[in-house]
Order: sequence, then C-alpha cells, then structure tokens
Amino acid sequence: MVRLESRGDVSRAWSLLSPVVAIVLTLISGVVIFSAMGKDPGLALYTYFVQPLTTAFGITELLVKATPLVLIGIGLSIGFRANVWNIGAEGQFTIGAIVGGGIAIAFHDSESFLLLPVVLVAGVFGGMAWAAIPAFLKTRFNANEILTSLMLTYVAVLLLSYLVHGPWRDPDGYNFPESRLFPDAAMMPVLWEDSRLHLGAAFAVLAVVAGWVILSRAVIGFQLRVVGQAPAAAKHAGFSQNKLIWFALLLGGGLAGLAGVAEVAGTIGQLLPSISPGYGFTAIIVAFLGRLHPVGVLLAGLIMALSYIGGEVAQIEIGLPAAVTGLFQGILLFFLLGCDVLTHFRIRFGAPGRTKGG
Amino acid sequence: MKRRTVFKAIAGALSVGMLAAGMASASAQTKVGFVYVGPIGDHGWTYRHDLGRLAIEKEFGDKVKTTYVESVKEGPDSERVIRQLASTGHDLIFTTSFGFMNPTIKVAKRFPNVKFEHATGYKQADNVATYSARFYEGRYIAGVIAGKISKANKIGYVASFPIPEVVRGINAFLLGARSVNPDMSISVVWVNSWYDPGKEGDAAKALIDQGADIITQHTDSPAPLQVAENRGVKGFGQASDMEHFAPKAQLSAIIDDWNPYYIERTRAVIDGTWKSQDVWQGLAEGMVRMSPYKNMPADIAKLAKETEEAIRSGKLHPFAGPIKDQSGKVVVEAGKVADAGMLLGMNFYVEGVEGSLPK
Amino acid sequence: MDFVPVILTVITASTPLLFAATGELITEKSGVLNLGVEGMMLVGAIAAFAVASTTGSGLAGIVAGAAAGTAMASVFAFLTLTLLANQVATGLALTIFGIGISALIGASYVGFALEPLPKLAIPVISDIPVIGPILFGQDFLVYLSFVMIIAVAWFLSRTRPGLILKAVGESHDSAHALGYPVIAIRYAAVLFGGAMSGLAGAYLSLAYTPLWAENMTAGRGWIALALVVFATWRPGRVILGAYMFGAITILQLHAQGWGIEVASQFMSMLPYLATILVLVLISRDKTKIRLNAPQCIGKVFHAAH
Repeated sequence: MVRLESRGDVSRAWSLLSPVVAIVLTLISGVVIFSAMGKDPGLALYTYFVQPLTTAFGITELLVKATPLVLIGIGLSIGFRANVWNIGAEGQFTIGAIVGGGIAIAFHDSESFLLLPVVLVAGVFGGMAWAAIPAFLKTRFNANEILTSLMLTYVAVLLLSYLVHGPWRDPDGYNFPESRLFPDAAMMPVLWEDSRLHLGAAFAVLAVVAGWVILSRAVIGFQLRVVGQAPAAAKHAGFSQNKLIWFALLLGGGLAGLAGVAEVAGTIGQLLPSISPGYGFTAIIVAFLGRLHPVGVLLAGLIMALSYIGGEVAQIEIGLPAAVTGLFQGILLFFLLGCDVLTHFRIRFGAPGRTKGG
Repeated sequence: MKRRTVFKAIAGALSVGMLAAGMASASAQTKVGFVYVGPIGDHGWTYRHDLGRLAIEKEFGDKVKTTYVESVKEGPDSERVIRQLASTGHDLIFTTSFGFMNPTIKVAKRFPNVKFEHATGYKQADNVATYSARFYEGRYIAGVIAGKISKANKIGYVASFPIPEVVRGINAFLLGARSVNPDMSISVVWVNSWYDPGKEGDAAKALIDQGADIITQHTDSPAPLQVAENRGVKGFGQASDMEHFAPKAQLSAIIDDWNPYYIERTRAVIDGTWKSQDVWQGLAEGMVRMSPYKNMPADIAKLAKETEEAIRSGKLHPFAGPIKDQSGKVVVEAGKVADAGMLLGMNFYVEGVEGSLPK
Repeated sequence: MDFVPVILTVITASTPLLFAATGELITEKSGVLNLGVEGMMLVGAIAAFAVASTTGSGLAGIVAGAAAGTAMASVFAFLTLTLLANQVATGLALTIFGIGISALIGASYVGFALEPLPKLAIPVISDIPVIGPILFGQDFLVYLSFVMIIAVAWFLSRTRPGLILKAVGESHDSAHALGYPVIAIRYAAVLFGGAMSGLAGAYLSLAYTPLWAENMTAGRGWIALALVVFATWRPGRVILGAYMFGAITILQLHAQGWGIEVASQFMSMLPYLATILVLVLISRDKTKIRLNAPQCIGKVFHAAH
C-alpha cells in the first residue's frame, strides 16, 4: 500500500525541484495538447516560450506584463505565509488605479514634477484603504477575508465602470466610456527607449528586495512566518494576531494599488472600464508558483507573463486559440500543487507502524 | 526524437523569420492583419469582420496573406498585439473595435510605413484611416416595420453602453417607428456589456414583462431574440442574420457587410493608392444590408423595401427634421438634416424614448 | 403589472445559483473549501451543450454536464485530499483551467442554436392562473434543483451519514479517532459538489440561454460561493439566498424600465454588498458562527501515524 509519511521538516531539495518538475510536466502536457490539436508541438512550444524572447521588444513587453504580477505577488505571498488570504487584490489594484488616476485627471493641466509622485502615493493609499476593509471586518467581526475581499473586487470593478461611463468621462471623447488621457507629468517615465518598459518594473524589483528583507530580517516578518506555520506557538509567544492581519492586508493592498496606478499611468495612460486581465488573481498563482519566496515570486511572475505573451504570439504565428493560455496556466498550477506534496511528505510503501522508534 | 523536432522547428522558425524580415522591404505578397475584440465564432460583430477577411483572401488569392488575432482585450494588451503585427511585416492592419483607438494611433506613430484601418473611431493620422457603418439607416427601417407591426406600441431595446453609436440607433429606430405610428415609444435597458447572453436575455424578458412586443438590441448575442421567440414576440437580429436562432420571431436583421470595403482598401494598398480617410458608409455603398423581411404581412415587407430604397437613393434621411428631443426642444428643423457632428456625438434621446440617458 | 412573468424570470435566474450553492454547501460542510465552482460550472455548461447538440437529447446533455462537473471536482479532490495541496490555490487553478478548457472545446460550438429544455405542461393544471405556470410549468432542472436542496437538508439533519459528514467538517481529527474514513467522506462531498456545479452550468446552456458563449457563467460561481456563507451553511437559507440574489439581478433590469434613476452599476453592486453585510452579521457572534460553520473548512487533513 502506498502512503504519505510526514517528513517532519520541509525538504529543501524538493522545495526547489518541485517547480522545475511541474514546469517540465506542463511542457510535456503542452506537447500532448498541441499534437492533439494538429499543430507541430515543437514549433508550438518554441513560439509560445522562446520566440517572445528573441526580440528586444519581446523582452521589454515581458517585463511590462510581469511588473504588476510581481508587485502584487510579493504582497500576497507575505500575507499567505501568515495564512491571511487576500483574494481581493484585483479590487485593490482597481481602486489604486481609480484614486491615482483620479488625481491625474483632476490635475490634467498640471506640468509639475510633483504630480507623478502624488499620483503614485495616492494609488498606494487607495489600495491600502480597500484592503483595510477586509482587515477591519476580520479583526473586528471575525468575517472571513477570502469572501469579503472577493466581494469587494466586484464592487471595485463596478465602481470603475460607473466612473468611466459617467462623471469621469472624457468631455472631448464623444461620450465613449473612457477618461481623459493623463497629462505627461503624471505618466511613468520610460526606462528603455522605444518600448513600454516603465518605472513600474523598477518598483517591482524594489518590492522583491523589500519583501526579502521583511521576511528574513524584520521582526514582523518572523512573526508572520510563525503565525502561519505554528499558530499555537505564535499565540503563546504573544504575537498580536490582529496586528499581523492588518499588516499583511495593508501590505498586499498597498502593493496591489501601486501595481494598479502604475499600470494606468504607465501602460494605459487613462482610465478604461477594463484595466486588468485578472492580474489580481493571476498573482495568486504567481505567489504559489514562487513558493511564497520573494525571488521565487519574481521568477514566477516572469514565467506567467511569458505564458500570456507567448499565447498572443502563438495566435499570430500558428493560429493557436487564445484559450490555450488559461489551460496552460491551470495545468502548471495543478502540477505544481501536486509536486508540492513531496516537499512535506515522502512516499512510503508497506503498512504503517514500522516506524524507526519501533 | 523530440529534440530533433524542436531543433528543426527552431531552425525553421529562424529561417522563416529572416525570410520575412528580408521580404518586408520588398513584399511580393501583401500581408493584412486583423485584430478582433471577440471570438470569430460570436456570430455577430467579429464574425462579420472575419468574413471580410475571408473575402479578401478569396479576391486576391496568393497576392495576400492574412493573419488574425481574436479575443484581444481593449487596453494594454491590444497595443502589444497591434505592434506585434506591425513589426512582423504586415502592410495593412484592421483594428475592429472602438477601444483599440489609442493603441492604434500609438503604434501607427512608430510604424509610418504600415497602414491602419480603425473601425468606429474618430482619430486619424497619415497612416490611420477610420471607417464606420451607418447602422442607423437599418435601424430606421426596422423602426418602420416595428411601427406597423406592434400592437402594444412599445419597443424593448436591449442596449450595451450609452455611447453615441448606440444612442443614434435608438433614436433612428424610434424616428422610423413614429414615421408610421406617432404613438410608439421605446424602453431601454442597459446591460453594460457587448456580449453577455444571460444578462441580455434577462433584459429582454424584463422589457417584455413591462409591455414591449418588439425586441431589438445593440448587443452581440442571439439571447434577446431567443427570448422573443420563446415568448411569441417579434424582434430584429443584430450584426448578422440570426434567423436560425429565432425562425418565427426575426422580422429582419441589420447585417454588417465589410467585404466590399475591405477588398477596396486592400486593393489600394497593393496598388499604392491608399490614403488616410474617414469613411461612413451605409445602405448605398453596401456596408449595411438588411436580411430578408420575414414573418410579416406582404404589404409591410413592401413598405420596408421601399423605405430601404428611399434611404439608399438619398431621398430619405433618417435624421431629417423636424426632430424634437425629450424636453420638446427642436434639435433639427423641418427641411434640414442632422449634421455629422450631431450624429457622431449624439447624446440626447428623441421624444418618445422612455427614461433618461444615463449620465 | 403582471407579476407572474417576473417571478418566472426570477426562477430561471436563481436556479443555477441554487444548484451550485447546494453542491458547495455539502463540500464545505465536510470541511473543504472549493473555489473552483466557476470553472466547474463552465465545463458543465459546454459538456451539456456539446452532448445535447450532438445527440439531440436534453437528458443526455444534463447527464453530461453533471459528469463533467464531477470530473473537474475529482481533479480537485485528488490534489487536495490525497496530495494534500492547498485548497485555495487548487480551487483557483481549477477555475482558471475550467475557463480555458471550456473555451477551447466550446470554440466549435459558438453560433449553434439549441431547442431549450421542454417545460412541463400538464393539461388544465399548468394553466391555472398564477400558480399554474409557476409550480407546474417549469423545466426538469428547476424541479431537480428543489429536490436536491430538500434532499440535502434532510440528509444533513436526519440521516446518520449526514451527521457524520458534519462531524468530519467540525473536527476531522476527532472523526478520524472515532474511526470514520475522513478522506473518503470528503471525496464524496467534493464530487457531489462538482456534479451540482455541472448541473448549474448545464442549466445555463440548455435552458437559460440555449447557446454556448465563452465565460457564460459571468461570475455566478463566485456568487454561489458567497451564497453558501450568506446562508450560514443552512440549506433552507440557501434557497432563500439563491432566490434573493436572482431577484436582485432581475429587478435591477426592471428598475431601469421603471425609470429609477440609480446608475445600473450601483444596482449591480447590491448582491455583493449584501453578502458582506450578512457575513459581518453572522461572524461577529462567535457562538452563532460556530453553530453552523464547519470549523475545519480549508484545513488540510492528514492522518498522523
């Protein structure tokens, strides 16, 4: 009989190996899927995962797409470590964009160099405020943050739709549902000539560093990790549950808000009814794929971004349907979660009871 | 075994890439790209654009090669897709949704040698032309039919977003209806989406429950018509003939026919005569067509055909005065016709539309 | 205004929510949180549509929808119950996967028309004003949705297996110590949840709007999840909640026709805000929530040896 036996401790080898194994298994599945669809699997895999990296434009686009994923992913991963399940990052992203974007629209004639920093800070606060709601509801009323943050996502997206269709509609825009274009003073500076790579990418890298520092060097990072792995011990040690919940949600919300405002002030340039293809949800996958570790999140963000961009290139070059991207991402996560078991457990054959202690 | 395939594939792709790069400057073949906001199987908006693409392939054979990317979300992704097409040797790119406007302009700046055609937009450039169809002509005809057929004197309109295009359609429909029946009114439900069958169907049900006996829509799925069929009321199809979804209910459908325009523009690129322009074509040029008039008495079908012919020949203009808005103010005087500016930016309801326009 | 057609419309809007919430209720009562409802519904919808349109049989479509939902749920069950993966992440992965695979399979079915499921039509009885069409004029799935939730209510409160299921959700370690097969029970609960979600999807593509469109669930799976919490995990309240949410969706459209001036987006927000409110109300009383919420929800169970 096959059974799982707890390792007692996390296997470092498998911790690093399982994402690799998961990716390999996903690629193999990809070959199977592509063959079943009548496409040359080798060409398809190349188009999907390699071709986007062969041009400078492709690489900058990869970084542009990965930026919000990494920013949000860092915030979420720290929260998840403490068992604080912020599923509403999409909503916090949206509110960050609304608040930051609102300032940019309100000061659309301004040329002040202060405008961009104010817009960005406003976005961060917007995201934090939105995340504060589930934090408050959880610490005060014990309401499950998965559901409250999720419900608030829908509310946020509807709010954006209302603003862009109504009060914030571009007066010169023939009544179409979009806001004014942001003034140049509120736009993120571009980092690489002739590309869309903007300052947001630098923020993402900073977030990775900050995340690492928080988790490994800061006291609160230590507390977050303990509360997640051994809640009883944390209670004994007197760590304030509430403080950690607030911290985790505000951090996640702030980074999501930053991602949101960076996206509208960097890539899009205005507010539209739809400003995110689900970054807040994909970032959850990114957080897990990255084993909740800041450097892992960075790599995972790049891989997920590649899967999106590869999907588009594959559509153009070999006519692969857009739906394959979602399929891939789901399969990747399945394999990862499955391989994960080996980090905590080992496979044993035979009947239980034959323990070393006798 | 697999490695060899991969290597072969890489080598193949690289050589194709280099060939394409080499060919980009002196193309014997014209590459035409299409960016779609929905799936080509939507049987509506995007489907009709894709028929245009197929028409180009049929007309020009080996002289052209077409590419399409479907379900491209408006926003930053669209800019990347448009740019990807522009940088891979495409000579002409059609971007088929309003939301692609700013991305199209941005990419067009970087690629001055590539020609862009943007549907339903209002920004042009030296290498960006815009095109749209006078759907409102079809709406007027549909309104005439509705005015004659409706017994409850109430039309139910399932609408997407309160943009001028949609408002124009509502107004034209009512003007057509009132031209044969001054007691007609329209009730509008906004579903805030171009394509959401569940919501569209529910909106149609709500409208019918509130007394409408003609259903029409400015959304892309057949759901409202299905509801009409189910409830025994009549309706109009949108963008393409939806008869097989509602064989007893569909009176007619307003069909988008992009084929002639797409062929004409591709030919212009091949011949080197392409110039930026802003084009708004309707029944006369064949960009708007009506599907056969069914499920109505012969004399009404005859009236519909006559109205169609009158619009086509220019004798009848749907927005000819006198036109009053909801407050009773005359916005187009008798003997005059609404100008392009008013049509393009239309943000008022004409008299007889229930409720007020969402702000 | 005639209210009967409005009620009929509300029934159609609420049925998919009722199915999905019924399934998720059982799943959560056993202590498992499956966030993949949206994905399972979509796969159920396309499976039902594809089979019904190929075979011409609505019944075959219904069975296919339930089977597809169960298949999706089995992937989730294997990952979370046998391989002990994190339930939140696995559920999200299921949703993303479900959206992708349903779109892929559905691509060949866009633009197909299908006859809607036949409605019951008993001569004379179905024609009685008001109650005739409401009670005796529905299609098979609507009746099934009520049968299922009533069966679940009876199962949970009056049968031994039902009590065992609740015990497993309350404290899996104690249940295990008493000798109950925790993993097997959870498997059954999760698979049942999948079948119900599949039926919810089948209802959408076979009866609600008989066609296939990518992402046609439009967030109903997430509403169903909220619904279970909103109902404090009690079957009777699940019916109430499903119909309330369905009614709000429909009334919002009617309100436009009545000339109510509130922006449609604010009306659409109502169900979500209502759920948050209810969540707060029931959660703040720790005893109240303990009485109904399965304490072990989301926690991984591993039999220690």
